[in-house]
Order: sequence, then C-alpha cells, then structure tokens
Amino acid sequence: MNKDLTKHHAPGHSACAGCAFPAIVRTVLNEAGENVVVGNATGCLEVTSTLYPYTAWKVPYIHNAFENAAATISGVERAYKILKKKGKVDKKIKFVVFGGDGGTYDIGFQSLSGALERGHDFFYVCYDNGGYMNTGNQRSSATPYGTSTETTPAGKQSFGKMEVRKNLIEIVKAHGVPYAAQANVANLTDLKKKAKKALETEGPTFLLVFSPCTNNWKFPTSQYVNIAKLATETNFWPLYEIENGKYKITYEPNSPKPVAEFLKTQGRFKHLFSEKNKPVLEQIQRMINEEFARIARLAEE
Amino acid sequence: MTNNKKLALTGGYAAALALKHINPDVMAVYPITPQTPIIEIYSKFKADGEVDTEIIHVESEHSAMSACVGSSAAGARTVTATSSQGLSLMNEVVYIAAGLRLPILMAVSARALAAPINIHGDHSDVMGCRDSGWVQIFCENPQEVYDKTIIGMKLAEAVKFPVMVIMDGFNTSHSVENMEDLDDKIVKDFVGEYKPEKYLLDLENPVTFGPVALQNSYFEFRKDMADDFENIQKEYEKICADYEKISGRKYGIFEEYKIKNAEKVIVAMGSVCGTIKDAIDKMEKEGEKVGLMQLNLFRPFPYKDVKKALYKAKEVIVMDRNLTFGTKQALASEISHAIGKEVKSFVYGLGGRDTFQKQIIDMVQGQLKDNYLL
Repeated sequence: MNKDLTKHHAPGHSACAGCAFPAIVRTVLNEAGENVVVGNATGCLEVTSTLYPYTAWKVPYIHNAFENAAATISGVERAYKILKKKGKVDKKIKFVVFGGDGGTYDIGFQSLSGALERGHDFFYVCYDNGGYMNTGNQRSSATPYGTSTETTPAGKQSFGKMEVRKNLIEIVKAHGVPYAAQANVANLTDLKKKAKKALETEGPTFLLVFSPCTNNWKFPTSQYVNIAKLATETNFWPLYEIENGKYKITYEPNSPKPVAEFLKTQGRFKHLFSEKNKPVLEQIQRMINEEFARIARLAEE
Repeated sequence: MTNNKKLALTGGYAAALALKHINPDVMAVYPITPQTPIIEIYSKFKADGEVDTEIIHVESEHSAMSACVGSSAAGARTVTATSSQGLSLMNEVVYIAAGLRLPILMAVSARALAAPINIHGDHSDVMGCRDSGWVQIFCENPQEVYDKTIIGMKLAEAVKFPVMVIMDGFNTSHSVENMEDLDDKIVKDFVGEYKPEKYLLDLENPVTFGPVALQNSYFEFRKDMADDFENIQKEYEKICADYEKISGRKYGIFEEYKIKNAEKVIVAMGSVCGTIKDAIDKMEKEGEKVGLMQLNLFRPFPYKDVKKALYKAKEVIVMDRNLTFGTKQALASEISHAIGKEVKSFVYGLGGRDTFQKQIIDMVQGQLKDNYLL
C-alpha cells in the first residue's frame, strides 16, 4: 500500500472490504499535513479504527460519544487557542472531525450547529451512507426517499422510506460558514480539492461525502466506486460547493443518466422496480431533476 | 499566610472567585438556574481582563461536558458549572469524562429534578451521578465553596479523576455570608501548573482517546478505575492538610461536631449543617447529648472512617436531601452499610423546602409522625 496514503490512518483497520470511508479519510487527511488532530463520532469509522489495544490512527485522535463530535472538537480547538497564546504549543494545528450521517444529520445535529455558530476553526467531514449502517441499516434523516431499510422496510403497504432526505448542506450554509461542499468518494481529485480548500479556510468548514455501504446497500464489494460514480452521473449526488455564499457546480455530467441506472445496482432499491412502485421511481427522478435545477440556478447567480 | 480580607459573598460568587484565582485554561458552560451567577460573574472577570480563560458558551449542557472532555484531553486545565436538569442532560458524558480519566472540575449548584419542575435546592441531581466515577465534595457555605473549589482542582489533577464541588442551590449559591479569600498568587502556587501526561496536542506522541474495548479488555479498564478510585481519599486528606497551611482552614473527609460524648449522632451534608449545629447547641443546653457528622467527601465514600467515628453512638440519624424510590435513601444506605446496622433515615428540604431547628429537634426527639421533615 502507498505509504503516503496511510501516514495518518493505517492499514489493518477492520472496515469491510468495499467500504468507502478509508479512501475518504485518507484523502482528506493527506491535505491536512502533519499537524492535525482528529475527532470522530461513534460509528463504523470509530469502531473499525480503534479496537483496543490497536489503533489505526497515527495522529492524535479523540472519540467521545455519538452526538458530540463537534462539541468535543470545540473544546480541543479552544484549548489549542489558549495553550498557543500561553506558548505551550507552537505548531499550527488543523482540527478535522469525521462523522457518519447519523452522528451528523440526526443525533449530532445540535452539537454541529452550535460549533458552526460559534465559529471554531475546524473542518467537519460527514461520510454519508444514508442511514445507521453500524447498527445494521436503520433509517436516518439522510436516508433517501424510497429506500428499504430495516426500520422502513418495503412491504405490501410500503415503498420504503416515505420522507425526503434532510438537506443538510443548506442548513449548514444558513449558519454563514465560509465553505461547505458536497463530494463523492468516486471522484478523489474533486474530493482532494475541496478538502484542501476547506482546510485552508479559516473558521468552520463542512464537507458532505458520498460513501457507499456494501453490506447494507447490498452490492458486491468490488463495486463501491462504480456505484458512487453512478450517483453523480445520474445527478443523484451532485458535486458542488458553496464558498462565501456562492454556489459552484464542480463537476457536471455531460448527459445525466436516468436515476434508475444508479438505483438498480443496489438491493435497498430493488422493490422500486416492481410495477406497483413505478410512480415512486418517477417521483424520485422528478425530485432529482428539481434539486439539480435548483443548484444549477443558484450556481448561475 | 492568610489574607484575612473579610468578604461578604454568595456561594456562586465564591465559586467564581476561586476559579478566578485558579484562572483555568478553558471553561465550557451553559446557563441554568441556580448555577448562573457562577458563569455570569466569571464572564465579567473575563470581560474585564482579570482572567484569560477561553470561555465556550455552548448550546447545551451535553455540549458543555463534551467540550470539557475535548479541552481536557487536549491538555488544558478545564472547568464547568451546572445544576439539576443540566447535570442530568450531561450525564452520558459525565461517565465518559471519568472513564477517560480527565481531571475536569465542575461546580454544581445542587437542585431538584423534574417532574414536577422545580428550580430550588436539593441533592437529587448529584445523587443521580454518584456512581459515575466523579469525586463528590459537599460544601456548607460560601467559605467552603471557595476553599473546596481550589482543593478540588488540585485533587482532580493529582488523582486523574474529575471532581464535583457541590453547594446547595439558592441556600448557598445565592445566600451572602462572611468569608475570606486568599491572595491570587498563593492560590496559583498551590494548584501549580497543569502538566498532563498524555494529551492530544502533543503531536510527537499521538494518543487515541476513547477507543473501543470489548470483552477482552473493558472489564480491566473499569476495574483499574475502581482500584485507582480507592486512592483518592488519601490524596484528598493530604491536599486538605496542605491547604490548611496556606489558609488556616481545616477540612477533612467529614467534620465532627460534638460527636465525642454524643448519644445520638446526626449525619448530613451541605447547607443544612449550620442549622443542625444550632439545634444541637440548643439541645445541649437542655441536657441532650447530640452530635453531627458533616460529611464532606461523599465519593469516594469513606466507609472505614465513618465506622470508626460512629461506633460509639447509640443512635445514628441520617438526613437525606434526596428521595430514592423503592430503596433506602442515598446517604442513609451508605451510613448503614458503613456501620453495619440500621439507621434512622429522614428526608428533608426537597425542592427548596426550608428546614427549621424545631424540625431537627423534633426529629431527634422522635416527635415527627413519619420520616419526612415536611
């Protein structure tokens, strides 16, 4: 394995084969340089990287609980500020938080909002796999409309999750943060650029990264990059950034594919291809078209 | 060595003043009655440039304790303050702070817990986390709040456990009493510089805080904690003795008031102890031999010393300012366990209810119709 890639997060962690977050974590941290402290919400990443007596972290790392990664890093960052002022720390240190969508959209939402509002100098990275994957695939507010999960199972009277995903980037943007962006593990060049920009920006910055889960999305482990790529090629997961309030689409497919191309690769959407759920599939396509048009409109302004 | 400057302060102010003399690196706080004076007064110290503490005004008590964990793990001397529902809300992280062995100091203005909601003093909140791995020190008055805040900070860092310094909400936090403080420099020299052994900002020696420990190691982690917790009492007594040298004020694991020849001994904690002492004096004049054991250190519980001090008493009467359901009261059950026999157990002062001398005398003389000082 490329030594440079693993200088912060070592191989030997216990994440599933075909899991997306090791690539996300390594790409992000490689932009952070040598002097970085990592905070982490409870979740797959934490569980697979810190199984005592081992740790995959070659940099200082703190896991506190599920819902408080942003509050925890607030404390670390302020401690740094005062200790630097007192001459007890001399280096310029970056603070990066990783949280899944459960720990970010749901239970950690308040903690994140508080930290963004207070303006701490930190970079929050949410790896979004659209649900509670660590506890075995329950719905979160990031779970896409129409997804069959263990708590929103498709059935005779259900097409899966009936609510639309929370638009977290818009909420983060409403805090007036200088930089928020959406990236995808399938486009590492774009992810790298966004991580670099976020880390170079003073104040709170936020990145939402598409992170397929082989186990619970139900696809072969070899396919996570292809599936993630399809998410962007179908406009299911647009790549864009909001810098000081200004929207910019960083990659746009020449001719977007129908969303069904993406959905059909995963077991969690299998039920949508029945005759009965045809209207749901059409509704998903409409929602995706509208959301992309909204972002495109904002980017033109 | 003492300053001998006479002050008239509330308990809340006394806590803020002690913290000012300590001048910690970070304070993360969220307002709740009756803790608010502590954080308001401290914020004014900061606004006037009298302290250089980074104050993080977080959006909940859960985040207050979470930020404290981050700050303390980063290597900064860290404090907070709370009450009641706030302490309940942070409970999850209260346990984590202890498990991570972080020497956080927390001033608590102890208050009742809902429901029904009540903003006044009792010990329900702190009893709710009595087994969390925090040291719990009770105070009677503003003087004790000032002194024990300083003692608590030094103790936390010496034993690597977080410490709660507890005053009664309103009775102590908002009542003005005479007290003395110490010179700023004397306090700073006493607590010394905080030098953490392992901390996040030490980039050369990266540490993973908060790992997963499963069936093969979790048990050992918790057992080690329990073993280390046993050593706290000795360190507390040592620090109290050192503090006496700089302040002239003597504190122990408990204060004994007229216990020596007492036939009946009352055991209590907090602000009610002043009223009890007055009641004891009154009963003494009438020929009744009653004493008081005023417990300062509730966690770790000093079983051996309590047993030794109470073995001669014919009757032990325990006053709890909390109400447990379906079991014995918190303090009564500890005392009963320590002395190996039943105690008379009474509940007083819930939700800020005043406790009067007459009730205490009636209690001692067996005149109350049940176990409540209603």
